[in-house]
Amino acid sequence: MPYRGYKNGIGGEVMPVRDVLHGSRCVAEAARLCDVQVIAAYPITPQTHIVEDLAELIANGELNAEYIMVESEHSAMSACIGASATGARVFTATSSQGLALMHEVLFIASGMRLPIVMANANRALSAPINIWNDQQDSISERDTGWIQLYVETNQEALDTTVQAYKIAEDKNILLPVMVNLDGFVLTHTIEPVEIPDKEEVEKFLPPYEPQVYLDPSDPMTQGAFADPETYMEFRIEQEKAMKRAFEVIRRVDEEFGELTGRSYGIVEEYNTDDAEVLLVTMGSVAGTIKEVIDSLDEKVGLLKIRVFRPFPKEEVLKALKDAKVVGVLEKDIVIGLGEGALFSEIKASLYPSSYRPKLLGFVGGLGGRDISMDNVREIISICKKAIKEDIDEVHWIGLKE
Amino acid sequence: MKIVEDIPAYVKCRHVCRANLYSNRCWKFSQNIKEVSEEELFSYGHRACAGCGGTIALRLALKASGANTVASQCTGCMEVVSSPYPQTAWKIPWIHVAFENSAAVASGIEAALKALGKKEGVNVIAFGGDGGTVDIGFQALSGAMERGHNMTYICYDNEAYMNTGIQRSGSTPFGAVTTTSPAGKVSFGNKRPKKDMPSIMVAHGVDYVATASVAFPLDYMEKVKKAVAIDGPAYIHVLAPCTPGWGIPSEKSIEVARLAVDCGMWLLYEVEKGEMRVTYTPTVKKPVRDYLKMQKRFRHLSDELINKIQAEVDERWEKTFGIRKIF
Repeated sequence: MPYRGYKNGIGGEVMPVRDVLHGSRCVAEAARLCDVQVIAAYPITPQTHIVEDLAELIANGELNAEYIMVESEHSAMSACIGASATGARVFTATSSQGLALMHEVLFIASGMRLPIVMANANRALSAPINIWNDQQDSISERDTGWIQLYVETNQEALDTTVQAYKIAEDKNILLPVMVNLDGFVLTHTIEPVEIPDKEEVEKFLPPYEPQVYLDPSDPMTQGAFADPETYMEFRIEQEKAMKRAFEVIRRVDEEFGELTGRSYGIVEEYNTDDAEVLLVTMGSVAGTIKEVIDSLDEKVGLLKIRVFRPFPKEEVLKALKDAKVVGVLEKDIVIGLGEGALFSEIKASLYPSSYRPKLLGFVGGLGGRDISMDNVREIISICKKAIKEDIDEVHWIGLKE
Repeated sequence: MKIVEDIPAYVKCRHVCRANLYSNRCWKFSQNIKEVSEEELFSYGHRACAGCGGTIALRLALKASGANTVASQCTGCMEVVSSPYPQTAWKIPWIHVAFENSAAVASGIEAALKALGKKEGVNVIAFGGDGGTVDIGFQALSGAMERGHNMTYICYDNEAYMNTGIQRSGSTPFGAVTTTSPAGKVSFGNKRPKKDMPSIMVAHGVDYVATASVAFPLDYMEKVKKAVAIDGPAYIHVLAPCTPGWGIPSEKSIEVARLAVDCGMWLLYEVEKGEMRVTYTPTVKKPVRDYLKMQKRFRHLSDELINKIQAEVDERWEKTFGIRKIF
């Protein structure tokens, strides 16, 4: 196990610890840094290391939390809702089928405005059963009212999980946050990571002060029944909170940057200035694309979407406005529409604007099929071809003939 | 076993006073009834039907557990009638999340109270109807009980999915008509016996398991008090008639609930750390026919089926009480 103590630097100042960690460990470390009080989780590949590491942190007294070893993901989220409604800072983690099993209660967590933070190790959905990475699981939950953040690296997984609490618990937001990290690609891969000092994190993220909570000294009813006279107003309040979340996500990210020197933005623009070909993606495959871009002597850029819900239309338009062709690479498919969800949303975002780049959708990496640097080069060449001629809108990448 | 067809107008108290039990002149009854809290924590003004057994079950449970209680509730009639936003009938902290997860939500509440250092003296109760308990909420309940949370689960059993309009549940008794188990030319209603949920809870090693009836309020409230006082999981299964679902007049719900116990269709007992104790022994065993014929849901039953039900009740009765002398 990696060393998790805190060394004093020169002059006794507290220094962050550098370590080499799995993505799962990073998420567990983030939960420790945030002093989560209740964890309710159920194991599922490839999230398993997260729940194991949390159990170990508790067993070693490094994290003082109640750990409910529930009998299903549905109960995991239900217990999180009960605990959060009682005023505790709660955490859970899941993946794929587990997230799908939670579907019903995801709506309830956001509808009850509970600042639950959940890590989702992105994995393909059955059938056929497949344990490897794609992003169909979280994409399929895009309308559940959760803030969805997608990370590229293990460091970003750790940092984003810490940020997630500050976003979720903001009194003007109070929405649950899902931190999505690619299963295996991040969860099971080790990378050098800097673990922020706990005291610094405590300054950044003060203890959770719930505004409404279940307490016999001040009884209240939560989860009441709303009829057609009141239901719609609850729903629009959620939407308004989502809109306000942009500002909070940006501010929290900046504050985190001041603390650690690392910030990520709502979206990340990489080499986008004057780029004729602009690729758009989410998650770890952004790293592969950056590698390819660095190796090319061409005007190719990348827009990495970090915040998928709320969907950053403005940032997307700003980044796409000068591109001649935009290629959206994603690991999900909306069956029956014939394209990925991110592609659809970018297309929809462009409609009210005057920008009309050529838009291409690339579906790849489903069920863990590797998206190689060659695949990325192929995508770029298809995009370049589209500048000159009309070609199909959607392409499946890495598909066997 | 001889069945007394002629039901006496009253039943004698089994305690020293030998008073008429139903007239409340019993010495012990009157002593105990004085101790019942007058505070209404489940308030009037809710939207339930007149004579609703479920609301009586909630009201009595809260009288017993007191104001220091946090409750979770599964979806169903009790949630709908008690929390039409922006009103509430609950004077304790109360939460409703979904249908199948009342026990899981309560386990989260219990864990959070512990984590926040607020659990001391606070009772956590999860309420569920029979559908939310024995069917769709079975897994969440099993998990919560097995994990040993310090909480009490109370199933108010009206023997079908009443909120959606009387559909059969795993708790519907043999022969009962529901909208999904109708009696017809080739069917007599529900074909299967009622799921024995209290025994399933005993098999979980739950510290305290009890059955109760809204017609026996002191017995029920004593059990709730015991359940919440235990440092661990507890389960109470309380029979609570539904007037439209059972097809009885509003004013008959307590009478029919009492008859369920007096005819042996429903037994009152508790199991404490595996030890079973019968908490009420009917002085006169009444025929099940009286109970069945009071309710529209059983009115279609043939003599043959009634005799079959009687035989099953007799068998259970003998197992529980032995052959008793009937006075």
